[in-house]
Amino acid sequence: MNNLLQMPLTEAVKAVKSKKVSAVELTRASLGRIAECKELNNFITVCAESALAAAAEADKKIALGGDPGPLAGVPVAVKDNISTKGIRTTCASKFLQNYVPPFDASVVTALRNAGASIVGKTNMDEFAMGSGSENSYFGAVKNFRERSRVAGGSSGGSANAVAACEVFAALGSDTGGSIRQPAAYCGVAGLKPTYSLVSRYGLIAFASSLDQIGPLGRTVRDCALMLDVLAFADPRDSTSVPRPQKTYSDFVPRVKGKRIGIAKEFFPDTLNADVRKRLNAAVAALEGAGAVVKETSIKSFNAALATYYVLSSAEAASNLARFDGIKYGYSDRSGDGLTDIYFKSRTGGFGDEVKRRIMTGNYVLSSGYYDAYYLKASKVRTLIKREYEDALRDCDALICPTAPSSAFKAGKKTSDHTQVYLEDVYTVPVNIAGLPALSVPCGTDGGGMPIGMQLIGKAFDEKNLFELAGAFEEITGGNADV
Amino acid sequence: MKVTRKEVERIAALGRLELSEEQKREMEAHLSGMTEHFKMLDAVDTSSVPPTAHILDKVNVLRPDKAEPSFERDALLANAPERDGECYIVPRAVE
Repeated sequence: MNNLLQMPLTEAVKAVKSKKVSAVELTRASLGRIAECKELNNFITVCAESALAAAAEADKKIALGGDPGPLAGVPVAVKDNISTKGIRTTCASKFLQNYVPPFDASVVTALRNAGASIVGKTNMDEFAMGSGSENSYFGAVKNFRERSRVAGGSSGGSANAVAACEVFAALGSDTGGSIRQPAAYCGVAGLKPTYSLVSRYGLIAFASSLDQIGPLGRTVRDCALMLDVLAFADPRDSTSVPRPQKTYSDFVPRVKGKRIGIAKEFFPDTLNADVRKRLNAAVAALEGAGAVVKETSIKSFNAALATYYVLSSAEAASNLARFDGIKYGYSDRSGDGLTDIYFKSRTGGFGDEVKRRIMTGNYVLSSGYYDAYYLKASKVRTLIKREYEDALRDCDALICPTAPSSAFKAGKKTSDHTQVYLEDVYTVPVNIAGLPALSVPCGTDGGGMPIGMQLIGKAFDEKNLFELAGAFEEITGGNADV
Repeated sequence: MKVTRKEVERIAALGRLELSEEQKREMEAHLSGMTEHFKMLDAVDTSSVPPTAHILDKVNVLRPDKAEPSFERDALLANAPERDGECYIVPRAVE
């Protein structure tokens, strides 16, 4: 591997701006690394030509003394459920395998305006439904550190590409943990921003009240720099709001006096021993550096997973109703009439997990069950939101594991697909409450696989999370065991 | 709660999905398992709690009523499974 690729994003940008290296050189190195790592299956589409053109454009601006933008031609990747004009966007689904969006998602426009070189579209679970990036029409993603293990999901390709130094940062999307859990499994940092901080225009919808786009990077500051580019009020997404911070990437690592909340529900007796050990050590390290640790409680924690699977499946079933085989995507016209096109296209175009979610969603929304499931879950949602907000009133951040274990063995959980849902236990409540959360590496387990620590903050308090996680990174030196 | 074969078939039709016999069996077990898990919700007292559909309290967000260029017809039709010049082709929907 070209050593240049191991720089953090922030350093790469500086190196390009100071002409120590050209953006074209970095992009070529990135494309070379992607070819070298083909076996990991991180990318569904590689766009060498347009990436090199964007890099050359940045280099040209620098040569003329102009501003190449905050990302200065540095190569990044985009999850394949985020629309890219002229570059196919598949959602890792047979249904969209040939779909080429006629427009860019707003975050992609922002990346392009920031001068980024988008080298490719990353592999994922089909329609972002999964926790292992195994439910892909294009084959499973293999964990860079141990190929027999999954990379997490659904943004597995993005997290793994960042971990393998194929790119300097990547975009993921997070509906119930799909940025944070793969970040934890691959040993990188990943942020799910506060709901509405980042525009969802052009993100192919899974569950609209929970979905959020966010960055993955090898350092906390890399994620902050990406958020500088990604957070803005977008007239095309009526839920998006102006950001409360001018800049995120100028945060100062700080831990002294910060109050950390630990809910007793986060550490049940059944928790994996390695995860417990690493989290305890991480909290002790933060306490040693001056943080104040408080015990707190989230009583509804155990009901969050059920709440999530009712709400997200209901929203998914509704959102995916648009895939009908008429205007774009997979279309099976072998039957007789319009209804046959719907049935045959959806039956042939969607994978098994997507069908399970559609079935679950339509079940909980169907006549006779709405009150018992959807309405009930919407009420429990209120409680979960209140309890997280209450706990955060006395704390600057809540800390818990990102996932209950390290990366699981490939194929292990595909036979029992509900088992895989348990992976989301720590991440889903954050989406339900709309809060920001950051996963950072906090050491490895006995087998050398990374373990993630999740820091959950108040709404729009991303900068505070960066300060705390940045300080933790300084204490541990990034990936090092504490 | 046991979800029956008949219900599986009804729900599949609502979602415009055809299921094989094996998939129907699998879906019965899956939905039964899910609804069993959803019983966790019953343990939570929500008698005086309003539902949350969305975490924001925004309503009726408007933008200026200003004409902007729309998509090129050809760019949109480029993804059409079947097209005829300027139109999508679909089977006759009204007899």
